[in-house]
Amino acid sequence: MAAGEMFNQSARHPLSGSRGIWSALHIDPILMLLLLALIAGGLVVLFSGADQNMAVVKAQGIRMGVALVVMLVFAQLDPAVFRRWAPWLFAAGLVGLAAVLLIGVGAKGAQRWLAIPGLPRFQPSELMKLVVPMMVAWYLSRHYLPPRLRHVAVALVIAVVPMAMIVLQPDLGTSLLVGVAGIFVVFFAGISWRLIGAFFAMVSVAAPLMWFFVMRDYQKQRVLTLLDPQSDPLGAGWNIIQSKTAIGSGGMDGKGWLQGTQSHLEFLPESHTDFIVAVLAEEFGFVGMLALLVLYLLIILRCLYIAATAQDSFSRLLAGALTMTFFIYVFVNVGMVSGLLPVVGIPLPLISYGGTSSVTLMAAFGVLMSIQTHRRMISA
Amino acid sequence: MPWGEFKDIAAERRLFQRRTVVMLLLVFGLLSLLIARMYQLQVVEHDIYTTLSDKNRVQVQSVAPPRGLVYDRNDVLLAENRPVFSVTLVPERVGHMEQTLAKLQEMLSISEEDMERFHRRLLEPRRPFQELPLRYDLNEQEIARLAVHRHELPGVEVSAELVRYYPHSELTAHALGYVGRINRQELQRIDSVNYAGTNYIGKSGVERFYEQLLHGRVGYQHVETNARGRTLRVLERENPVPGEDIRLHMDLRLQRLAHELLDGRRGAIIAIEPSTGGILALASVPGFDANQFVTGISVEDYRELSTSVDKPLFNRALRGQYPPGSTLKPMLAVAALDSGVTTRDKTIWDPGYFQLKEGGRRYRNWKRSGHGWVDLKDAMAQSTDTYFYQVGVEMGIDTMHKYLSAFGFGEDATLDVSGALSGLAPSRDWKRAVHNEPWYPGDSVNLGIGQGYMLATPLQLATATSVLANRGNWAEPRLLKDIKGDRSIDEVLPIGSHQSIELNNPDDWEYVVDTMAAVMHSSKGTARGAAKGAPYRMAGKTGTAQVFSLAEDEEYDEEEVRERLRDHALFVGFAPTDDPEIAVAVIVENGGSGSGTAAPVARALFDAWLLGFPKEGEALIVGEPEGGSH
Repeated sequence: MAAGEMFNQSARHPLSGSRGIWSALHIDPILMLLLLALIAGGLVVLFSGADQNMAVVKAQGIRMGVALVVMLVFAQLDPAVFRRWAPWLFAAGLVGLAAVLLIGVGAKGAQRWLAIPGLPRFQPSELMKLVVPMMVAWYLSRHYLPPRLRHVAVALVIAVVPMAMIVLQPDLGTSLLVGVAGIFVVFFAGISWRLIGAFFAMVSVAAPLMWFFVMRDYQKQRVLTLLDPQSDPLGAGWNIIQSKTAIGSGGMDGKGWLQGTQSHLEFLPESHTDFIVAVLAEEFGFVGMLALLVLYLLIILRCLYIAATAQDSFSRLLAGALTMTFFIYVFVNVGMVSGLLPVVGIPLPLISYGGTSSVTLMAAFGVLMSIQTHRRMISA
Repeated sequence: MPWGEFKDIAAERRLFQRRTVVMLLLVFGLLSLLIARMYQLQVVEHDIYTTLSDKNRVQVQSVAPPRGLVYDRNDVLLAENRPVFSVTLVPERVGHMEQTLAKLQEMLSISEEDMERFHRRLLEPRRPFQELPLRYDLNEQEIARLAVHRHELPGVEVSAELVRYYPHSELTAHALGYVGRINRQELQRIDSVNYAGTNYIGKSGVERFYEQLLHGRVGYQHVETNARGRTLRVLERENPVPGEDIRLHMDLRLQRLAHELLDGRRGAIIAIEPSTGGILALASVPGFDANQFVTGISVEDYRELSTSVDKPLFNRALRGQYPPGSTLKPMLAVAALDSGVTTRDKTIWDPGYFQLKEGGRRYRNWKRSGHGWVDLKDAMAQSTDTYFYQVGVEMGIDTMHKYLSAFGFGEDATLDVSGALSGLAPSRDWKRAVHNEPWYPGDSVNLGIGQGYMLATPLQLATATSVLANRGNWAEPRLLKDIKGDRSIDEVLPIGSHQSIELNNPDDWEYVVDTMAAVMHSSKGTARGAAKGAPYRMAGKTGTAQVFSLAEDEEYDEEEVRERLRDHALFVGFAPTDDPEIAVAVIVENGGSGSGTAAPVARALFDAWLLGFPKEGEALIVGEPEGGSH
């Protein structure tokens, strides 16, 4: 088809000289560069946040290496593979979530892990962060876009069922990200603004119901503490007060690397995991925060560009949703640490210490690279 | 429906791109919100959070000043500070108090008393984040064990503090006093700022009187602490000003000798340097180990001390109020001469008793057969009661009261001796006020020999003797000799207000001193045995105080009376007579006679002071008791 000729990459690609190599490796060099910069900067901050514990930095480095490999593996696969496998992966994911609820293992009153003999322990809910947008994208791209109400309803069911199963674990943060990923697909598919309006109206009704019937006490406490951290300065409010103090005392230029008193004197809790951004803000100041957010913005811009230029609806919807999910990570994490949002357990993507979410995130970037580097004639 | 069929690919792309623009706007909007939030926290409210951050990490701690040291006149250390390790808890930082205490109990031996005391302190008002001591004087093993388990025990610290230590405690407990934990009443009295880091305060004696001087001024340090309150480094420090080191008049050698001389008995010795009023020795026997009071004595030990029949906690030298008996006669002799009641030549007939009127009550001389014709010198040397009955009556209470007061009886005449009692110098007004009775001549008869209502502490007897040795010149008794630093002693030592005793005939002083020398050196002297062979001339007076009074004609045998009902033996004196260097008062409770028991003690003190201290192993008491005295 002639339309396919418009997507001749050699004419459009800015790095056309090396296009051949990158394309053969299925790597998007710009995105790769930005991700490596983020990961490297993240390890520097982690060294400080983990109180100069080199073992923590090494472990995180190894994890990031594994995540990069996973990303490259995903990048090698054709987007059509994701599309074909989406329903099966979704079904497998639902079975996994059910299994977690029945025989899952975990700690601190939450069952999140599945320990199947012979396989490494894993979290089906993490997998769903990828599979739910795939499934919704698969479903909607089979029909005319914008979707009809009936299709929107089915798409929302596809998103809400795993979301509900994850809430039961309970894991509010992951559930939120899974649901958001599905909803973004629906939004990118072109759901009408009237429906969006109706949806927000519904949410405003559902919120009080959630409060009274669904939310656990610790989740309510987080919301209440957000509204007034001083009400419980030594308990739930402690984290927020201390993280705000860390951020605020950083000032314009920060206290300098490894010089943050809030984190190094152990006032700041979770300083190498969920609250690591406070360490960065304290030690590198407003300038450092600006640099971090700009880096995230560049990644998001590149990913949205990949989405906008993707060849088919499935790829576009999936790429757009994965990108926006990544952004939600950033916004919710920085928002909660700076006291704008309640504390939900969402890490700062690719910087917070911890394995599973980094692997999932890098897998998503692998999907994006796959979409960017597997181009062909539409009719093929 | 097969994928891709019936689809308007271009329209779907445009729709997606429009939605992407919306999402871009959302991303820009929310990121701007985050940046605005960061700007608000990091730039606009930066100062607020910097203050919070500093308040988090920087704490002001008080640094207790080291307490001033106390030396004797020869620079022998009497009170020092030594480091003691104790385990303390900061209740604000301890999560589960009962759990923590249970854990500590497994690791250390903590007595029930320590526990009780800790719980009591927990309830008492205190400064926030103040360390509460749980157990003192940890040994090295215990310190190591705590160090190993330190991370399990938030709020638990091993703290080293300088604690008072008295190396010669048994000897100096009554003279120096001791320090102890600050109690609730003291907490209200002291300057809370200056005592912010101090746990101890002078409870008695020199420690109490010179508390301000010895304490010093508190210092401060700004320290960086972590969230668990551990001090990580000192940021800024204002050093405390240590307490002043002071030197006492006391001579530890004399003090030790005094204790040895009274060893196994109950009694007190005061030695004063007449020219300065400096107290050379202040012994109350038995003594006690003041060190056990410093960190808190156990209930059991305290009960043992406080219920002992020997009353080791009772400071006999300052607070024992005894009838002075015949040791009052030298002062009364001065009074009688100066008031003209008697003269050097006047003699009276002693039949062995005195009667106010014919057929009245007979006041007995200690020697039943009487001393015959005696003048003042004979009466002093032999301690003739009859003579002093008569001059007592003739002087009357008002005259006697005037002279006794001038010698410091009936008041605390000391400058810096904490807790000294004033005894009792009776007067007409006193008797009216207390007994609602007039002063009878019979009362004057008794007062003539230092009995009746009259009460004096050993310190008062030594003081009066010292004034007499000084020929009427007052030098109030004092403990502090000088301050080792730059400060002048005049800033802290109260000024004495006693007027010298001016006699109509100043020569009478020499005469009375002669009569006291006769007690020691004449062939009739009651204490001639104690003075035998002395290469210097000394003055003295023996005395005996009745523990219980006898009816007029009742005979009693010392052997039959239980030991604790025997008379108290007393002696006052000074030496050498011409240029007195030492004045003493000795009381040996239930010691029997002054001449037999108390006078040899004084002789040993005189010898040591004037001739040199005896080498170890040499006999302490020279001379033999000879003859009784009253």
